[in-house]
Amino acid sequence: MAKKKNRPVAEVSSGSMADIAFLLLIFFLVTTTIATDKGIAMLLPPKPDPNEPPPEVTKNDRNIFKILANSQDRLLVEDEPLADVTELKEMVKKFVVNFGNPDADNIDVYNSFPAPLKRYVNSRGKLPDSSDGPGEAIVSFKADRGTSYELYVSVLDQINGAYNEIYSERVGISSDEWRGLDRKKPADNDKYKRGRDGIPRAISIAEPTKIGG
Amino acid sequence: MSKFGKKSTTSQGIPTAALPDIIFMLLFFFMVTTVLREVELMVQQDLPQAVQLQKIERKSLVSYIYIGEPRKSTTFGTEPKIQVNDVFIEPRDIVRFVNQEKDKLSEVERDQITMSLKVDIDTKMGIVSDVQQELREANARKVLYSSRQVLEGI
Repeated sequence: MAKKKNRPVAEVSSGSMADIAFLLLIFFLVTTTIATDKGIAMLLPPKPDPNEPPPEVTKNDRNIFKILANSQDRLLVEDEPLADVTELKEMVKKFVVNFGNPDADNIDVYNSFPAPLKRYVNSRGKLPDSSDGPGEAIVSFKADRGTSYELYVSVLDQINGAYNEIYSERVGISSDEWRGLDRKKPADNDKYKRGRDGIPRAISIAEPTKIGG
Repeated sequence: MSKFGKKSTTSQGIPTAALPDIIFMLLFFFMVTTVLREVELMVQQDLPQAVQLQKIERKSLVSYIYIGEPRKSTTFGTEPKIQVNDVFIEPRDIVRFVNQEKDKLSEVERDQITMSLKVDIDTKMGIVSDVQQELREANARKVLYSSRQVLEGI
């Protein structure tokens, strides 16, 4: 009968397991870029139909908030030069909620505002040379081919900021919370719809001019 | 005999047996979150800063267009160029590029394709608007001006 041998148990030493894992960990730490792709979303206009003439602008001049940028990165807002881009948000906001000559739809929009926003609207009166109401207001932005992309993005940021503030104040949340709304959740989607109802984010980006300006 | 004289014989070492497990957990976390860079950037990329940013809802629908000054300015000059998938292209090639990207998606999703424009801040609007005109031509109208987040009021 074979004698039972007292063999040592075969075993892989696991002492360096941590080191191997550390190496891999450091590799992934270095190569990782946690998905941070954020940006300002825009919807471009559909391409013009060659068989149809370009549509006539039938809007009243007071309903269009004009922003022009030239190749020296100077801004012309409502025919007045503007030095500081960050003032634009307040100007756009005031323009959109002006309610100068509201029709029935715009009055409905006004009645749906919570008290703080109503106070904001009333605090500055209704200017006859500003927009008739949020439903009518259009913000038009025209850049030059020589305008820097940095200015272009910051102007768009200001306009979007103005609209987001109106939407978020309408449903009583902060601007950050508004941007964080997840439209897949019914409660959030409801807020989103309530905020935007009757106030289209009407931003018109004109084709840049070719003149240096 | 003193009551407190007896020294404790408990060993003071921290058990390290669970260390590999902890490291592995970290490892798996980074393995899952990691996105290996797919394209090698050939243009400078200093993205603009903005506040009102939106996240991309579905990454699979996004294609990237990089615009900026070439990194190898001795070879490619200093004029801003458009880069997609490791190659420089001209604005007129954008339609073809968009159609290629659309072919990768299933038929119902083709209209939802989003073009993420990663544009350097020193670029002028001329080339960006050329790209936008081509995107309109290609019917890829959703664009995202990729930017870095800054906090409000700073």
